[in-house]
Amino acid sequence: MPTDWIYALMGGMIIGSAVSIMLLFNGRVTGISGIINGILTPEKGDTAWRMTFTLGLFSGGLLLKAIAPQTLIGGSLATANWSVVVAGFLVGFGTIMGSGCTSGHGVCGISRLSIRSIVATLTFISAGIFAVLIFRKLGVLP
Amino acid sequence: MKKNISSFAVGFLFALGLGLSGMTQPQKVIGFLDLFGTFNPSLLFVMIGAILVHFISYRLIRKKDTPLLHTEWMVPTKKDITPALIIGSSIFGFGWGLGGYCPGPALTSLASFEVRPLLFVISMIGGMLLFKWVDSFLKLKK
Repeated sequence: MPTDWIYALMGGMIIGSAVSIMLLFNGRVTGISGIINGILTPEKGDTAWRMTFTLGLFSGGLLLKAIAPQTLIGGSLATANWSVVVAGFLVGFGTIMGSGCTSGHGVCGISRLSIRSIVATLTFISAGIFAVLIFRKLGVLP
Repeated sequence: MKKNISSFAVGFLFALGLGLSGMTQPQKVIGFLDLFGTFNPSLLFVMIGAILVHFISYRLIRKKDTPLLHTEWMVPTKKDITPALIIGSSIFGFGWGLGGYCPGPALTSLASFEVRPLLFVISMIGGMLLFKWVDSFLKLKK
């Protein structure tokens, strides 16, 4: 569909604006795995903003569910529940080991031309392409 | 207190950007990573949009001496390409390709109240905690 990429571009620009607000007001990068990491090892005075950010994500999700529920239906992908569990585990382990995910490295890091983030992003996109190739062959992905 | 409010707003806006862009739909993410199959390039525009905005805003914002609500900038400055960065990003990317979720979209999708995002997030936190436990012995990120 030709409109897909327009929504993607607009959504991306909203994400770029959101991380800009975080930088302007709080002076921080919006790295979602890092924000969750900080909740798992709480430090005094550095936890509340992480919780409200996560609550904001969830609340945004509630609005999406109310006005555009089709954006949240992940069940249309016919994979087994075990693969979702394995995927979540790898994403959690890997993002903490690699110090970032799509938001921290892919958006914030690349925008400030961080060499670490450019390398990390190329690495996780390549690994993702490899995973889809393998799991399609194995029949795990439809 | 104000920092918690701005963080909430950033999380909320971020979630809407994710929903509009298609990042909360695992089948689209997997379609994007399916370079050797039914490749759907639309999600490339999410990164283009986000980086376009933040590449410019980052430079404008950093001209200020301090953020609006904090005394100093808290932006990562590391430059070294470490084995942990590469291996961690590879593991993350592999899980991203299998499940179609990265951390932000998974947390946002909790609002669907479907079982898959919940399974993913619980497992993701388990993976994060396991890496942190392993790293308390091995110091892989040092």
